[in-house]
Amino acid sequence: MLIVSLLVASFVIFAAIYLAPGNPLAALSGGRTIPPDSLRILEQRYHLDQPFFVQYWYWLGNALHGNLGISITLRENVSDLIASRISTTAGLVLYASILIIAFGVALGVVSGLRPGILDNTVLVITAVSASLPAFVAAIVLILVFAVQLQWFPSLGNGVGFFDQVRHLTLPAVALAVSSLAIVARVTRAAIREESRREHVQTAVSRGIPTAQLIRRHVLRNAAIPIATISGITVASLIALAAVVEVVFGLGGLGAYLVKSAQSKDLAVVQGISLLLVTAFVAVNVLVDFLYAVLDPRVTLGSRSQ
Amino acid sequence: MSIAAGTATTVARRRAWSGAQGLTSPGIVIPIVVIAAATIVAIFGPLLAPYDPDLPDLSQFFVGPAGGHLLGYDGQGRDVLSRLLVGARTSMIGPLAVTVLCMSTGSLLAVAAAWRGGLLDTVLSSGLDILFAFPGILLAVLSAAVFGAGLIAPVLALSVAYTPYVARVLRGAALRERAQQYVAALEVQGASGVAICFRHLLPNMAGLIVAQATTLFGYAMVDLAAISYLGLGVQPPTADWGVMVAENQQGIIQGYPIPSLAAGICIVLVVVAFNILGERLYERSETRR
Repeated sequence: MLIVSLLVASFVIFAAIYLAPGNPLAALSGGRTIPPDSLRILEQRYHLDQPFFVQYWYWLGNALHGNLGISITLRENVSDLIASRISTTAGLVLYASILIIAFGVALGVVSGLRPGILDNTVLVITAVSASLPAFVAAIVLILVFAVQLQWFPSLGNGVGFFDQVRHLTLPAVALAVSSLAIVARVTRAAIREESRREHVQTAVSRGIPTAQLIRRHVLRNAAIPIATISGITVASLIALAAVVEVVFGLGGLGAYLVKSAQSKDLAVVQGISLLLVTAFVAVNVLVDFLYAVLDPRVTLGSRSQ
Repeated sequence: MSIAAGTATTVARRRAWSGAQGLTSPGIVIPIVVIAAATIVAIFGPLLAPYDPDLPDLSQFFVGPAGGHLLGYDGQGRDVLSRLLVGARTSMIGPLAVTVLCMSTGSLLAVAAAWRGGLLDTVLSSGLDILFAFPGILLAVLSAAVFGAGLIAPVLALSVAYTPYVARVLRGAALRERAQQYVAALEVQGASGVAICFRHLLPNMAGLIVAQATTLFGYAMVDLAAISYLGLGVQPPTADWGVMVAENQQGIIQGYPIPSLAAGICIVLVVVAFNILGERLYERSETRR
């Protein structure tokens, strides 16, 4: 299933670019007319004289070997351009994922276990922030923490580890906000549901200490829905990071994807899209593995049936 | 009219009546008021706007609220309030198109898969599973790169990306509905599959479909605003909330946050209203079952 997904995704990416208006050689020559002889040689070199599927096959083979073609605006290898930007995006997504899982789950557990004012406050706040677009969250964060309080920088990547972390803090929070709220809400619902179960009530009546009760009986059973929603939201960050990178002027993959899309640098768009889709699918596969760890009843491969 | 259809309408009327009582809870009324207001502005925006939304006043870049201009001027000297009012239309028509496209294809696919079952169901379900590999925003950026920036390519891309989510939920509901006795009764009476699906199955799923459409509108609005913000959707100088956040972002740093922030607040208000209403409607369609 995984391989099929990736094949179809790569095919869609290739076909989209193939169908794009404009002749790839015209882009290469920069508008000058190419003599027919060189035209034939160029067509042969880039396999442009071959049928569509053969071209796709060449492209996929090259992509699997790390050769994603050449950027027409920068005249550099797409894979090199990607490699120099991947760490920013990876760092941003990782930072945001940690925030989401740490604070989202904690918030959900606390409000799930303690009904009352705190719980209601969390419910209202998460209802609003769950539908907060990342770029709106970003401009509010810039306004408050970069312009007014001047705690964090509003632009750029930074140098050195700690400076980079400082530069990534506001972007990571902006990226995390809505997913964090969703994870908190799902966690809260799961905790509520598990606490109502008969075996938990029995354990309460037997006088099992609360901490142990929560750890052994409530959290372990609630872990599956929590892992599901965390996986889905973390995977979605991979594409969403593009928006946040643009707002904060970070030199990551997503911002570069958007820039290339605007300047129609299609080889770059192709390469980055392929990479992001692969990462997206990979995270989903990881979550499937996680199910098997969390719940011994789940055997791998059974979920898709 | 057959007896079965007669009872169905009475039940529907009774449901509508009992539903009307639940509709007065603040969780439903407030979002509906917000959505209604946004819709009215989207329709009549150009008439309500006090000034020309595209006419720059060259002496007034980033000027705060001043005589007759409630929200001041934007970075190019245009009246912010007028641009917000006019921009409602472009900001809401995209999500509307995504919702309509997605819900119609999604429910058709779901009902077809659930009704026929067998090979068709297998093919449709696994086809939709494969589509899950594509995040909506990424597909929208890709299509804008290929087919050019504008509203059409991202709208189509998001419709394709969201359809699997809609179809998966509706297929489950259609399967549950398919197993009900009234369906078997209609089949015995000799009603055709298409007639049962369109006259009974889909109307009985209406609550869930409306709930899904409402939530979907919210998501589509967030994504389309982001695409416009990135410069790949609605193109300036057309007034659009996502575009307004982007073109006035300089103001945030320079101390004139109103133009950018006001557009952001408009997006959030409408999206929150759609999401909360969608959630309430979903709860209602679940408890009714």
